[in-house]
This record gives sequence, C-alpha cells and structure tokens, in this order.
Amino acid sequence: MTADAPRTIVEKIWTDHVVTQDPGAPAVLAVDLHLVHEVTSPQAFSGLRARGIGVRRPGQTVATADHSIPTTDRSLGFLDAMALAQVNQLEANCAEFGIPLHGIGDPAQGIVHVIGPQLGLTQPGMTIVCGDSHTSTHGAFGALAFGIGTSEVEMVLATQTLLQRDPKTYEVRVDGRLTPGVSAKDIILALIARIGVGGGTGHVFEYTGDAIRALTMEQRMTVCNMSIEGGARAGLIAPDDTTFAYLHGRPHAPAGAAWEDAVARWRLLPTDDGATYDKTIAIDADTLEPMVTYGTNPGMGIPITSRVPFPADQADPGQRRALERALEYMDLQPGQPILGQKVDVVFVGSCTNGRISDLRLAASVLRDRHVADGVRLMVVPGSDEVKREAEREGLSEIFKAAGAEWREAGCSMCIAMNGDQLRPGQYAVSTSNRNFEGRQGKGGRTFLASPLTAAASAIAGVVADPRRLAGIEAIAAVGGR
Amino acid sequence: MAEPFTMFTSRIVPLPAENVDTDQIVPARYLKVTDKAGLGDALFRDWRFEEDGSLKDPPFILDQPGMAGRRILLVGDNFGAGSSREHAPWALTAWGVRAILSTSYADIFRSNSLKNGVLPIVVDAPTHAHLFALLAADPDAELTIDLAEQGILLPDGSTIDFDIDPFAKRMILAGTDELGYLLSKEADIGAWETAHPPRIDSLAGAR
Repeated sequence: MTADAPRTIVEKIWTDHVVTQDPGAPAVLAVDLHLVHEVTSPQAFSGLRARGIGVRRPGQTVATADHSIPTTDRSLGFLDAMALAQVNQLEANCAEFGIPLHGIGDPAQGIVHVIGPQLGLTQPGMTIVCGDSHTSTHGAFGALAFGIGTSEVEMVLATQTLLQRDPKTYEVRVDGRLTPGVSAKDIILALIARIGVGGGTGHVFEYTGDAIRALTMEQRMTVCNMSIEGGARAGLIAPDDTTFAYLHGRPHAPAGAAWEDAVARWRLLPTDDGATYDKTIAIDADTLEPMVTYGTNPGMGIPITSRVPFPADQADPGQRRALERALEYMDLQPGQPILGQKVDVVFVGSCTNGRISDLRLAASVLRDRHVADGVRLMVVPGSDEVKREAEREGLSEIFKAAGAEWREAGCSMCIAMNGDQLRPGQYAVSTSNRNFEGRQGKGGRTFLASPLTAAASAIAGVVADPRRLAGIEAIAAVGGR
Repeated sequence: MAEPFTMFTSRIVPLPAENVDTDQIVPARYLKVTDKAGLGDALFRDWRFEEDGSLKDPPFILDQPGMAGRRILLVGDNFGAGSSREHAPWALTAWGVRAILSTSYADIFRSNSLKNGVLPIVVDAPTHAHLFALLAADPDAELTIDLAEQGILLPDGSTIDFDIDPFAKRMILAGTDELGYLLSKEADIGAWETAHPPRIDSLAGAR
C-alpha cells in the first residue's frame, strides 16, 4: 500500500500504534488508555507480583469499581463478603502499583465505560482497552477500543502494549432519519438481529451515514457499546464537530493550544474517500421501529409490533433448535405478539443506556405518570456524576414520584453480580446489553429495549410501544449531549 | 504460563448448541474470585446443577457417565460469545479440556483460550457435521490432536488438517508466554514511547 492510498479510520489508528512486528507474528500494538475494574484484574496484578514487575505506565491507566458493588445506599456497605474482598483487592492493587482509582465515594466513580468519556480520557485516534467486552463503547469517539482478557490485562499493565493481528473492517451504513420513539438502541438491536451474534467476528465495525452523524455522543456510545453483541470486538464512529464539542473542557481533554493541535490531528482521522471495507451492510433508519428481543441472545430481536418467530420457519436445524430452546426458556409462544407481554421488572441503566440523556428520556416518559401495579422499576445511573446531574435536574424526583427505585451508580442488574437480580421466571424489560440465560439472575427472562420502550413498558406493566405515548415527539426530543 | 501443549488422544464431549455465551460457561456470580483456580464446578453451572447443588436430572452432558476425563469438546458455531471473562477458559482447563472443535469462536474467547493452553480448532462445516456423525455412531470414539503437525487423527486412520496462526502455534507448543515475548521487546517499546508522548496523564488529576 502506498502512503497515499485511501485508508479507513481503523487502518489509520492501527498504523499509528504498531510498535514493531516480527515476521509471522502479530503486531506489538501500543495502548493509549487502559481502564481497569475489580472483576477482571486481580489475577493480572498477581501475575505481575509473581514476575516481580511493575505497571509500566500508571499515568495511562485508570481504575474504578463498578461490576460487583452494591447500588443501595452507600452507607449500608457490602452484604457480599466476596465482592467486598474483590473491591478491597482492587484498592490494594492500585495503591501498590500507583494506579489512580475512582472507587466508591470518589465523585468520578461509575461504570468504567461511562466515566472514561465523562472525564475526557476517551479521545479520538486512541487505542483503548479494558478487561470488559463493552470497551467498544469508547469507539463512539473515533478510538479503536476493545475488550481483552485478564492475561492481556496483565500484558498491558506490564508493557502498555498488546499482541494483535490487524482486524478486518465492516462498514455499517445507516442512512435516513429515525422517527420519534425510535432511538440509537434500536439501530444497534436491528443490526444485530440482521447479522446475528457472530456476524461481525474478526471485524471492527465502522458506523457511517446520515443517521449516525445525527446522533449525539451519548447515543453514539449506545451504538458502539453493543458492537460486541454483533461479534465485533470493536466498533467506531469517525470524530466530527459533535465529538469535539462533547470533549471540549472535560477534565482530561487537551486545553488551550494543545486543544487546537489535537482537533487538527483528529480531523485527519475519518476514513478517506475511496477506502474500502472487507464487508458492508446498509440499514435504513426511516423504516426502523423500536426493537425488542424475545430470546436468549441479542440477535433474537424483532420490531416491537412483530410476532415471536416460529422455529418451524427456521431453515437451519441449529437455528431451529436454538430458537426452540430460547422460547422454552423465555416461556413464550411462537407467533404471539411481543407487545402486551407481561413485565415484572424494568431496569434502566448500564454502560449501554445509563447516561444522563438516557435518564432524561426515561424521566420524560414517567413525568406525571406511575409505574403499573406489581412492576418494579429500577433506575441505576451509570456514574456518580450522572446521579448528581439527574438529581440537579429533578429527574430523580420524577422517578421516585413514578414509583421507581433511584439507586447508586454501578453495573447492577446488567450483570447481576451484586444482588440486583431477577427472581427465577420473572420478565424484565432492560436497557442493558445481554439477554443470555440467567444474565440478570438465574432463571430470569430479559427483553432488551431502549430507555423509551423500557419506561413505556414500566407504566403499562407489559411490553409497550413508546410511539403510542401521548406527546412522543416532545418526549423523544429530550436528551441532548 | 500454561503447560506446553503435547500430542494427546481423548474421547470427546459433544455440545452442539450454537452461540454458547461465556455467561453460560461461567455465570457472573462466580467472577468474584481473585485467583484462577477452582472454577471446575462453576463450568456450565446453571446447565449442570439445581439450586441446591444437586445434578440436573437427566444430567448435563459433562456429568453423564464416562465423560469425566475427556479433554476434547465438540461444540456449535460461535462458541464463547459475549463477555470477555477469562474465567471461561480457566473453568474449562480446571475441568480438563485441552482442545475445542467448532466452526468458529468469538474473538475474545479464542484469544483467551490460546493464552491458557486450550486449543480452539476451527473446522469447516462438512467436517463439523462429520465429527458429530462419528460421535453419533460411536460416542466413545477417540481423536488424536497433533498440533505440531496441525492434524486431527480419526479412528479410521484418516487425518483432518487444520489451520492455526503460526505465532499462536509456536506459543502454545512452548507453553504460552506472550508476556515474556512482549517484555523482550522492551527496546522497541521504549523507542516508540519516546517518539509518541502519552496523550493523557491520569495521574495529573482533573484540572
């Protein structure tokens, strides 16, 4: 390839970060930002101790506690001794190795993929890794961001590099305009329903098109967050003025002359005209409906006015068996409408949809309304900052008046490690990212959906279409950022 | 570091489900451990055990007679989807699995497996179907996995060749130590860092 051959943003970031590459070996790829949390890091720190080595670049490393922490009143402490021990271990590891930690009680604490952008740590053109598959979230800023395992966490702590093969590229072009009540979550659920949970394996998604450009940063994060649910380890969106406006003035963003230099550099990142992708798919935003999943992986999703599919219609025997098993687990009938399906719990939160604009949307639905009898609505802010902002804007009062639980920041019922979980057999509409068997509690059944759909369903007590709410145009216009 | 991978012969555990996610391989409530050991009982926990810890009736495939000690899993497409938890290969190795056969794997699971001496072998769809048919005819059929020669020896004496990343092959045969390899690149990493000042300084705190 010549120096001026057109390149994708992925190729540009990749080339910028290759430290060295032996013949036949993967590239040694430099990492700009390493995010660390309590669940996937303890064994990595133990590995460093066993080798007697330290953390190479603590200033490019940031830790938080999010996965296993309670989201009840912080003064109540932990009920789970193992979770407490794990968080204590993180504190000890960060102290020993000199890594900044935003733990419980720190105003910057929150879900790792919420606080990175919030602090301005996540910036265009970076390579970002974390021992968490939803690291793809940071791709919203035009960063190459992907989840890694604990062995790789150890490698990055020790060397600030990773061994990687260059990824293939997959353009996801979304043109047109979303209609009121249809949101970023519906774009990504529609993509995964089309390509399946393995459709993006070996690739990095680049989301392009008018409908993507029109999204706010927080909406872009929702899209990129679930790239992994389509099998892609990373997904990104080229930076533009929306990106720069979001970043400007954030604590770790460049300032003064350095800001101007950075923006000039970032403007070179977008994919060149004429660059080619290994795969492409086009999605028409105009025709998208709110999406909801009915099964036990995120690819089992349908437009909300559709019916649960029939296993007999599946040509592939493997897919037929998978669908039969999923419907048995979910206790749903083939051909039944998903609208009107009973709901026990509604969860608004997670690194997918736990940001302030998500809470604004949910609150705009819930204002002057009340959760249906027998439905538990949990609202869990993605970070302590999101919580403070929601309280400042009065959103928390709207949630409480509607009968919702207003909780502390954390991963909560998205991963259900901390006691926030479904009981066996319960149905939840959840704004999170995974509907796997038992994901939100052993025997629990998850319908993934947007914050608007979740809030509308909380009021109705059944899966409900947010487009049928009175004043949906005004409701859907709330958000910002 | 994992043990060096040597040629072995084993019977097979069949698990035909597709898109098996890592939440099934190790449920999240088992992720509160701070070491790698002892996850064998967490493996496929909710497919194997009732709430009270007793085995399901009928037992899940891993707990059926004659399955203990088998070192090869034959699984459906896109095995290991979802969460990046390395607890999945830790639990598989704790149970005794050393090689997996499928048409594809999720990227992070594949990478995590290789780092723990578990060989994720990709076979094409006809071969995959052939292996399941072989097991249907003889559930105790044995395969020999020869990584050095990149071959799977079948009971009838025929061999299935497989591809593997040459670097991954070298690592896993030697007893994987990718960190050791990276540490040997210290001079290159230092030179790169000199030429590329860090874009952030998390120690500087908020302005």
